[in-house]
Amino acid sequence: MGEIIQEEKHEKGGKRRPKKHSTSIDMTPMVDLMCLLITFFMLTTAFSKPKVMEITMPEKTEDTAKPKDAPKVAADRTVNVLITGEDELYYYIGLANPNEPPLPTMMKTNYGPDGLRKFLLERNANVFKQVTELKEKVIKGELVVADSTLNRMIREIKKSDKKSPIVLIKADEKAKYKHIVDVIDEMAICNIAQYAVVDIAPIEIKMLESVQQ
Amino acid sequence: MVDLFSLLLTFFMLTTSFRPQEATVIDSPFSVSEKQAPDKDLITLIIDSTNRIFFNMDNGPDSSTKYRIDLLKQMGERYSIKFSDKELDKFSKLNSYGMPVKDIKTWLTTDDPKVKEELQQGIPMDTVDNELAMWVRYARLVNPRAEVAIKGDGNADYKVVKQVMDLLQENKVNKFNLVTNLMKEEAKLED
Repeated sequence: MGEIIQEEKHEKGGKRRPKKHSTSIDMTPMVDLMCLLITFFMLTTAFSKPKVMEITMPEKTEDTAKPKDAPKVAADRTVNVLITGEDELYYYIGLANPNEPPLPTMMKTNYGPDGLRKFLLERNANVFKQVTELKEKVIKGELVVADSTLNRMIREIKKSDKKSPIVLIKADEKAKYKHIVDVIDEMAICNIAQYAVVDIAPIEIKMLESVQQ
Repeated sequence: MVDLFSLLLTFFMLTTSFRPQEATVIDSPFSVSEKQAPDKDLITLIIDSTNRIFFNMDNGPDSSTKYRIDLLKQMGERYSIKFSDKELDKFSKLNSYGMPVKDIKTWLTTDDPKVKEELQQGIPMDTVDNELAMWVRYARLVNPRAEVAIKGDGNADYKVVKQVMDLLQENKVNKFNLVTNLMKEEAKLED
């Protein structure tokens, strides 16, 4: 390019300045296209991958003629959570046996942090404290273990405690799916070792009815 | 600006994973679980807020496996419906669906989105002919490694979810996943 300019200079006597060529390209179409593409990708991207909550249900007995005995659990460890419609949540401790009055008293609670969670945390204080301490150690770097080892240690803690509550989750026909998920979620938050989703018993439906009146 | 745009564009192009088109809108409940849903080998049972049930299954870990085609073939044999190769191929590229088996052919051949929408009545699950159980059974025959996930809308009735869970247990699926959204919750012990 320099050469060309020199030639021009010779021709025109060196007085006039060389004609300036614009070196910039018009970028507007490219920017437009990019804007469009970015918008497209932003809208079609699935950012949060869905999470899952794993639950294991108790195995069903095929033989209905000879029903298995209900698993024998210490009555004072058992917490029954009853879920019913319109965001109503009840719990009672122990077993409700129609042949052995008196029936346990029903307590009303809610899904908030002051409701079921507070109650469960109090009952499960020992396990919860140990698990939280262990997790804190890992976060602070005092204890370096793999995730699988940590999970195993948490399981050990849960297993070793013989006083932690056993939660039975029961829902009647008015309950919504989100209520069940909320309650199962509380189990995870409170580090409850043993819980199960089971069918509601007729006596419990009656108990619910009497409380709701 | 152009630099920034190209950067963003590259970022999105590289990180993108397309959101699959679902037959219905599901508002999943929240939980603290951080476990990722597997993206392959998964049977999904979707229950929407009006208690319709949809079924979905992926094609398997790589492009050589075409589990959906096998599944539809077997279901066709069971209900004596013949599907053409074109229909099978189309089925393998689609996502969740919820309709009686007899309507699937119409769903695959029609191009009218309105008709397609009207067909999504939910998979019947009554005691006389439990089609959902058949889908689950054949899906597990076709892909024995598949895990089962229930993706329920928060406002779906527990009664229906319970029926679905019972159905899974009858088919020897005792461990399954509930699809949820992540929401952190803090729990503190009071002294």
